[in-house]
Amino acid sequence: MQAISSAFIADEYKKICCLTRNAIFFHKERDVWENVMKFTKTVFATAALSLFAGLALAEEMTIVSWGGAYSKSQLKAYHEPYTANTGVTIINDESAGTAVPKLRAMNEAGNLTWDVVDVEAGPAMQLCDEGLAMEIDHDFMLADAPDGTLASVDFGDFIVSDCFIPQIVYSYTVGYRNDMVGSTPPTSICALFDTETYPGKRSLKKGALSNMEWALLCDGVAKADIYPMLETAAGQDQALAKLDTIKDDVIWWSAGADTPQLLADGEVVMGSTFNGRLFALIEEENQPVSMLWDGQIYDLDGWIIPTGLSPERQARALHYVRFATDTQRLADQSKWISYGPTRASSALLVDKHAELGIDMAPHMPTDPANSTNTFLMNYAFWADYKDDIESKFQAWLAQ
Amino acid sequence: MSYTDDNGPMMTMDGKPLKRSLAIALRRQKVRALLLISPLLIFVLFTFLFPIASMLFRSVENDIVSEILPKTVVALHSWDAESGELPDEIVYSAFAGDLQRAAKAKDHTRVGLRLNYEKSGMASLFKKTARQAKKWDLEADTSFKAKLIETHKGWADIAVWQTLKTHSSRYTSGYFLNSIDMRKTVSGPEFQPEDRQILVTLFKRTLIISLVITMSCILLSYPVAWLLANLPMRQANLLMILVLLPFWTSLLVRTSAWKVMLQQQGVINDLLVALGMIEETGRLALINNQLGTVIAMTHILLPFMILPMYSVMQSIPPTYLRAAKSLGATNWTAFWRIYFPQSVPGIGAGSILVFILSIGYYITPEIVGGNKGVFISNRIAYHIFQSMNWGLAAALGTILLVAVLILYWAYDKIVGIDNVKLGG
Repeated sequence: MQAISSAFIADEYKKICCLTRNAIFFHKERDVWENVMKFTKTVFATAALSLFAGLALAEEMTIVSWGGAYSKSQLKAYHEPYTANTGVTIINDESAGTAVPKLRAMNEAGNLTWDVVDVEAGPAMQLCDEGLAMEIDHDFMLADAPDGTLASVDFGDFIVSDCFIPQIVYSYTVGYRNDMVGSTPPTSICALFDTETYPGKRSLKKGALSNMEWALLCDGVAKADIYPMLETAAGQDQALAKLDTIKDDVIWWSAGADTPQLLADGEVVMGSTFNGRLFALIEEENQPVSMLWDGQIYDLDGWIIPTGLSPERQARALHYVRFATDTQRLADQSKWISYGPTRASSALLVDKHAELGIDMAPHMPTDPANSTNTFLMNYAFWADYKDDIESKFQAWLAQ
Repeated sequence: MSYTDDNGPMMTMDGKPLKRSLAIALRRQKVRALLLISPLLIFVLFTFLFPIASMLFRSVENDIVSEILPKTVVALHSWDAESGELPDEIVYSAFAGDLQRAAKAKDHTRVGLRLNYEKSGMASLFKKTARQAKKWDLEADTSFKAKLIETHKGWADIAVWQTLKTHSSRYTSGYFLNSIDMRKTVSGPEFQPEDRQILVTLFKRTLIISLVITMSCILLSYPVAWLLANLPMRQANLLMILVLLPFWTSLLVRTSAWKVMLQQQGVINDLLVALGMIEETGRLALINNQLGTVIAMTHILLPFMILPMYSVMQSIPPTYLRAAKSLGATNWTAFWRIYFPQSVPGIGAGSILVFILSIGYYITPEIVGGNKGVFISNRIAYHIFQSMNWGLAAALGTILLVAVLILYWAYDKIVGIDNVKLGG
């Protein structure tokens, strides 16, 4: 292999290099220059801050989130006002999708570079159980509602783990193409399984979660019995048997952006995804798509603070989280994205979209009109059965 | 070992033995060379060899249970797991002590998560029990068996104790068994239930699809490399840029472009319908299946085949072909008997590159592979990112690594690694 690598590199280098050398040099020089400028600026800024404002901390914190429209909503609702109030610069790291393994690796390496991390409730529980997330005293560490209601009451059931600081409610729900469903648009989640009335492909998440629940619901199982049934092998088989009936009609997605894309291209007649993605598709991109709120599965997203931060960094992380999850801030976020605030007191303050000017309340998954038939993700169940059911599901998929 | 002749050792001008001077000069050179490559050496050591070694180790490491529940593990030694009876009070009271200490240190959830990979429900069993365990008085209380069973009926389930005992050893073969669709039980290794067998299928599929990709890369690349090597400089350069342009484009962009091309409402299907070659209702399924994976990955890996082939073909003197023809060979004979054998080292090098790259691929199969076109790497990624079962991911990775090494060895035996060339 040595012969390969050295000869290959030398040869290819000659060929590729002359073409790109100029470009690379130009970029490098510019990058170096920019870094120098950035560094100088930081040095000056830090010096100025510590000299004139008397702030001793390195005023910078790294917050991990999902990127895209979601990060933008956090930037507008939380980060910008926080920076304006405190002078702390916030660096947004868009690796929430791999936050759990990365936190574990950072913890093992003893080098923690993140201050606050945005994760879904399920992974938050896992992090809590592994001792990677800090336990939170919600009443003590988070702000009360404006009328003095304690945070634990204001958030209520959404505090699903000792380490989890709830932020938004989102849902797995289904959208359909208006022009492909004929004259009878679907009103029930079971349209997913009705390939006679609604022929065409549907896109579903490449995983057990959400699909197993819907399969049993549409196989006539009462909602209260679904999770107890999924604990048994017979229940799991029944769900997979129901999914078998549409297996050839499904495109399985692994990224939240897939279903909106497939709907926009007319590749599928209906598909599941996060409700915020469908909102963007319908209201911002004006595609002929509608929401089918029926059977939506609520999931939560929120903050955790990693364990092992230095006391100053932990104090600052807590300070930030207290600010970012107060009643007004949570309500502000819904001006930018159609995810519902987790505080009861914020729901009343949900206003118009900041750029589109449309009323946001009807687009919230928690709006009464949208939530006649819903599930709240059963985190305790999935924590126990995820590995088992998921491997069964994947084996079924591969058949 | 010093070199002497009749006049004593040979001396340099300054009176030192030549041998030693030379050795010093050579050593200095060696040290300098070592210093020059030391950044690379250290880099490779820390970013390549060390992580691989630690990954190999993770696939057998299993100290969570014995570290957090030490007394229980010892007490379980005397329990016959196949007796069909629950362990006796000694085990239960040892366990109560361990669990109380773990609960106070908040370690109990880690054991629960570890054992939940083996038996569903262990995570919540540990969590629920530990909440009660904090309140127990280990000195005064007796009969922890009754107490534990009262707290959670799971502790009256023999399977729970069997799982605990089976997975309590410090090093385990469990992850490797899992990665070939087997599992560790009290009575030795067993096959997983059929509806959970998937990994062996995926290993096979990965190897077969990778072979198909390598073959189609060879077929497509050979003419292109030949053109590159034989066209006049001007056209060859242009062609080279066409080959390299996709090489410089982001992998994700190229994969997503294939989605737009191949989907049922995509460019190719639209074109075929417009030309009347297929019916509107009979649009071809070119993506979200194995075909999609083969098409997209062949395209992505083509440059890795073309470039080594081109390097080798460039070094084949055109005079050989002319000589063969002047001696009466037909075009085909000249090519097959003279040109092709000389280009084989390029094919070999390209095939190794493409094949090894493709069996480790994961992002392209994930995007275009649907449910039947995904590779074993997708499962590894799942266990790293989603289920957090790093032990199993490490075992799968180790098997993949060993498979590559075996194939490399086989290739060396059959074709000979000296026959691999990437340049003149």
